[in-house]
Amino acid sequence: MLHLEQVAGGYDAEPIVQDIHFSVGKGEFFGILGPNGSGKTTLLKMISGLLPCIEGSISIGEQHISDFSRKELAKKMAVLPQLTSHAFPYTVKETVALGRYAHHKGLFQTWTAADEQVVQEVMQQTKIVSFQDQSVQELSGGEQQRVFLAQALAQEPEILLLDEPTNHLDLAYQKELLDLLKQRAIEQKLTVISIFHDVNLASLYCDRLLLLSQGKTMALHAPDGVVTEAMLKDVYRTDIKKHAHPTIAKPQMHLVPKYEDKTNHQVIINASMLECREDHIALRSPKPLRTLSSGVCGAGIGWYQQFVNRHVSKDYDCSDHYEDMHAYLEKHGFDTSQTVGMMTAVQLKDAAYGSWEKENFSLLTVVTAGVGNATDSTAVKAATTPVPQGTINTWIFINGKLSEEAFIQAVITATEAKAKVLQELDIRDKRTNTVATGTSTDSILIAATQSGADLPYAGTATELGELIGKSVYTETKKALKNYKKRGNYDSA
Amino acid sequence: MSIRTFLQSKYIVAYTVSILFLIAAAITAISVGSVTVPVGDIVHVIAAHLFHFPVSDQVDPMYENIIFQIRLPRVLLAGLVGASLAIAGAAFQGLLRNPLADPYILGVSSGASVGAVITIFFNISLPFLGLYTLPVFSIATALLTILIVLFFARKVEKTMRVETIILTGIIFSSFLGSFISLMIALTGDQLEAIIGWLLGSVSMRGWDYVGIIIPFFVIGALLLMINSKELNAMSFGEERAQHLGVDVQKRKLVILAAGSILTGAAVAVSGAIGFVGLVIPHLTRLLWGPDHVHLLPLSIITGSGFLILTDLVSRTIISPRLLPIGVITALIGAPVFAMILIKQRKGSRGGL
Repeated sequence: MLHLEQVAGGYDAEPIVQDIHFSVGKGEFFGILGPNGSGKTTLLKMISGLLPCIEGSISIGEQHISDFSRKELAKKMAVLPQLTSHAFPYTVKETVALGRYAHHKGLFQTWTAADEQVVQEVMQQTKIVSFQDQSVQELSGGEQQRVFLAQALAQEPEILLLDEPTNHLDLAYQKELLDLLKQRAIEQKLTVISIFHDVNLASLYCDRLLLLSQGKTMALHAPDGVVTEAMLKDVYRTDIKKHAHPTIAKPQMHLVPKYEDKTNHQVIINASMLECREDHIALRSPKPLRTLSSGVCGAGIGWYQQFVNRHVSKDYDCSDHYEDMHAYLEKHGFDTSQTVGMMTAVQLKDAAYGSWEKENFSLLTVVTAGVGNATDSTAVKAATTPVPQGTINTWIFINGKLSEEAFIQAVITATEAKAKVLQELDIRDKRTNTVATGTSTDSILIAATQSGADLPYAGTATELGELIGKSVYTETKKALKNYKKRGNYDSA
Repeated sequence: MSIRTFLQSKYIVAYTVSILFLIAAAITAISVGSVTVPVGDIVHVIAAHLFHFPVSDQVDPMYENIIFQIRLPRVLLAGLVGASLAIAGAAFQGLLRNPLADPYILGVSSGASVGAVITIFFNISLPFLGLYTLPVFSIATALLTILIVLFFARKVEKTMRVETIILTGIIFSSFLGSFISLMIALTGDQLEAIIGWLLGSVSMRGWDYVGIIIPFFVIGALLLMINSKELNAMSFGEERAQHLGVDVQKRKLVILAAGSILTGAAVAVSGAIGFVGLVIPHLTRLLWGPDHVHLLPLSIITGSGFLILTDLVSRTIISPRLLPIGVITALIGAPVFAMILIKQRKGSRGGL
């Protein structure tokens, strides 16, 4: 569709971009990225014919773009500009209708039925029909941008060029606009070439990305090959962390701010912070902790500041435990967006906890344990009856800086230690009568302060793994003994 | 479909209202004066001349003389000057994307004035031109000015963005303005003549001046009207217009040249009459919308009606003395315009 061959160009004779070489296929969504001053806009202006090439050539199909007349070029290629202010109050429809200019021949060609149809179609697609008689000046930024998109689409172009189309738009409009473009690209094979300021948006929508730096090509590849920590750190000269998108297979970048918040730096989580009550055990950390957890709320990976293990009665109706948990947390003054919440039917007096220390880090392990529905995970069948009580909730707070794999290894290590306790105490799955490995509703929390000693691994061969194993083993055993003392060991 | 019929009916109303205004202004201006001519006689005499039938004996021959020798040429000249300034203003505002632009922004009027002032100052009267020396000189210097402005704008920047052109125009405007001031300072006997000319007037010009401005008006107005779609596109910005398929460089030059021809001719026959070129297009846009396809012709009609009316006021208000027409345009125009602007703003705020 569009070919650039060794293109160089810029204002006057001084090339701002150099040696640009790529082709964009029909229906492709092609993104241009780069820091300020890297030549993105210059390149786009050259493609749209506003600036001449000093070297090389740009062609559409087989024809060089300078061989097109202005009108012919406008039928092939449309441009959606950045949002600007407008001097005169044209109506939405008048504005969109200007998109048909290139399709009119001669001096006196009038508006045809075909023109009207195209204009109505694009106004419907961009959802602006309802305000077609309003002045463009009266619309919000997002609506204005849709009007100019409709104008560009009314040109019926094969290629659409965009210069940071989402600039100044709020989140929902950004997504709406890009969704619409992506759909046009997929369904009507519209070729889209867009400059992006936002690396993450570019990664989400583009099939391929061109990364420019100082007017030269740094990378030209699918998002996975361009949106990498090393590449972006090098080009943008800033600290960046890459992370997968939670629901689609596209890389996303996170900035890492440089400032240090000294007030929170020296937080050590210890047993004195625990708030043990009859209806819940809670821990409020002075600063958010990096957590990996299962539970009713705040599950998954995140940053949380409050941790609650709530007691519920044996015959708790768990039809809508999520809502119920939220209501409970709010009632007791916990911010639900900041809280990891778990529940158990075990008496909280039986909880066992202890601080454990090594030379350069420490941890606090809290366990509440009941084994009313102990199961053997290797022989598990779906529980047939409502579970009476008993679940093992394990919290491990680590005063140190963990890597992502350390979190996962910590879960493995803790789970192994728990299984060992059940084995030693010979707790059995009542349905299969084999040794249990846990209960069917166990939850775990690993929370780290992310300050202090670097703890990259938490396997059993490491100091951290060793401490997790020992502490979970010890506290779980204590908790189960308490539980047994209460006499409901077998009766449960 | 309902929208299209709505739009069509909107413009039918617009043209009807404007044309009625123009006709009413013209007839009033021909009728009113030191001698009042009955409206029936005016219609009769003009119709007789248009369709070549003899003027009835019942009409006083003096009326015929007043109409034909004095008032009609004066009204026609005022109308043509008002039309030229208004359409040129509309085009410049669209092209420069600035509702505050007027036809004088590029220094054209200063150029024309320099020509006129030189003519008066040196008392030049060229053999072939005679009375026409001043307007011809004036149009020539106006065109020369716009050529020099464009030449320098291109020197400054190859693509000649409108901002560059405006800046160059302003520089030339003030340069030529001080040149005029210099001549005024040096002048003796002709002071009144120069000041009178600078303030602008359409009095005592006769049919010759009507004949001078007509060809420039027709060419300029036609050139602008065939570029009305391009003006629409360019009022969204030059790059935008180029992306929409407009050959911006070429069209821009045509529009600038046409606007300058209109302005130069108007200044040459009547002096620098302010306010019309700024306010009439603005007013027309407020009333009927910014679409140049209709804005340009409507500005012509409204502009000519407006200047005919202001000329009428200027010659009657302190009769038998004449007020400079430029004074009246601003005196009447400014408050009316302010009122409409305030009303419009309030209306749109209520509507939101």
